[in-house]
Amino acid sequence: MKVDIKCENGRAVAKLSGEIDHHTSKEIRTQLDRYIITAQPSELTIDLRNITFMDSSGIGLIMGRSKLLRECGGRLEVHSPQPYIRRVLRLAGMERIVRIT
Amino acid sequence: MEVLNEIRFTMPALSVNESAARAVVSSFLIQADPTVEELSDIRTAVSEAVTNAVVHGYRRSRGNIEMTVKLLPGREVYIRIKDRGCGIEDVDKAMQPLFTTAPEEERSGLGFSVMESFMDRLSVKSAVGKGTTVVMRRRLGGDEG
Repeated sequence: MKVDIKCENGRAVAKLSGEIDHHTSKEIRTQLDRYIITAQPSELTIDLRNITFMDSSGIGLIMGRSKLLRECGGRLEVHSPQPYIRRVLRLAGMERIVRIT
Repeated sequence: MEVLNEIRFTMPALSVNESAARAVVSSFLIQADPTVEELSDIRTAVSEAVTNAVVHGYRRSRGNIEMTVKLLPGREVYIRIKDRGCGIEDVDKAMQPLFTTAPEEERSGLGFSVMESFMDRLSVKSAVGKGTTVVMRRRLGGDEG
């Protein structure tokens, strides 16, 4: 599992790679929260293109980061989930909570 | 129940073993030549059931999770995931979407919903103090060969 966060043109992008499950989500959550609280970005995009597996632990991860960003005055987007991961997101109704592109 | 092939796998209820359970079920089912989508669905359902056992079943204790995967005639996959943890007091309530007893861990309460959506059949039997058994079935498309 790898988390690579970069700020490009005022927009923060967190590129995740590997698998998101209950075990790996703890480390991802720690790294993202540290960045959100320190940098307070107005927009954070979580790029899922290199995520090869995600179960409902990923839903909790995204919902929690969306809430934290809102509390810090920011907004979360989810970018490029693979079709199968898009199904998990749709099942959870995530498109009503965050923008998915 | 006629069984064409079967594998049993026992693991300590550690979160790191969630990926091990997915790997075992994937390796075993390769012989049935499932589609990428079928295998993704089954791996996800297994991950949810094993995570439930780790997070909820053994919340206050340690123990093992037993996974049995069977290949049945008619390209049907049978999966049983069993723990001997604390059990579920009200199974119907636990299966309601968004219900969770672990919000502090950001559990979304969607585990059973994912299992129901991604598998054809799901049954959950539980007894307080004795543990929980989840049985899931999914028929694969394609020819029996």
